Amino acid sequence: MTLSPGTEVRVRDDWPERRGPCHIRTPHYVRGRMGMVARHLGNFPNPEDLAFGRPAPVRALYHVAFAQPPLFAEGTAGDDILIELFEHWLEPA
Amino acid sequence: MSPPPRPAMVDLLARFEAALAARGLLEPGEVEARIAITDRASPAIGAAMVARAWTDAGYRALLLADGRAAAEDMGVTMVGSPPLGVLADAPGLHHLVVCTLCSCYPRAVLGYPPHWYKTAAYRARAVRDPRGVLAEWGTVLPEGTRVRVVDSTADYRWMVLPEQPPETLGWGAERLAGIVTRDVLVGVALPVPV
Repeated sequence: MTLSPGTEVRVRDDWPERRGPCHIRTPHYVRGRMGMVARHLGNFPNPEDLAFGRPAPVRALYHVAFAQPPLFAEGTAGDDILIELFEHWLEPA
Repeated sequence: MSPPPRPAMVDLLARFEAALAARGLLEPGEVEARIAITDRASPAIGAAMVARAWTDAGYRALLLADGRAAAEDMGVTMVGSPPLGVLADAPGLHHLVVCTLCSCYPRAVLGYPPHWYKTAAYRARAVRDPRGVLAEWGTVLPEGTRVRVVDSTADYRWMVLPEQPPETLGWGAERLAGIVTRDVLVGVALPVPV
């Protein structure tokens, strides 16, 4: 099921890099944080598998918007950050 | 006198390319062809795309819907390049592009990224303090403009379509492209009519 624009999501608070070698395209600063789906960008092979030459299942990629504050404890209300995130990093808010 | 030994890195690269070729993953001349494509790319391509979008509503629509098709329409080779996303500034909205994880950059239409784009300082500060970064570039946004930072984390590459300065209405495409600098296409600067 493709998430619709406007859907509120939480980025998984997961740290695979603590469990061993990995290639993660989800920045540290959004792990565990709330965002809103801006749009579905398409479906792409999972880079976490591609990086290790493993069979890479195709995953939905979303543009997700995060409000600048409170993502950082500084900044201007109304500003935001758009990030490309794969579906397996998103959970219901 | 015998020639000096090949540097270890050059030797390793040659062996790597030979291994890829042996597996049928690399054609002769493919690496050289790819380097030539990247060497030919420059911000002039992105600038020409922006200038055309400012004067041609149909092209603007194509650029925003499918950046790759819009680049190919300008004669750019996009084979093997990631999808190109185009971020349209609007009254009250300004985009700034960064790649906090590495240095993802729309090379097909802007060429090689500048040194500062790859520095830890820019990558860390663009997301945390975008307005401070813009101020240091001397970029002054109109009062009340929202800043939207785009962290290029995955399969897309992003380019900014700035707003056309009203003073430039009626200018030709070449003159318009002349005010769209590399820095404008990443969003650290605004086009300045000259």
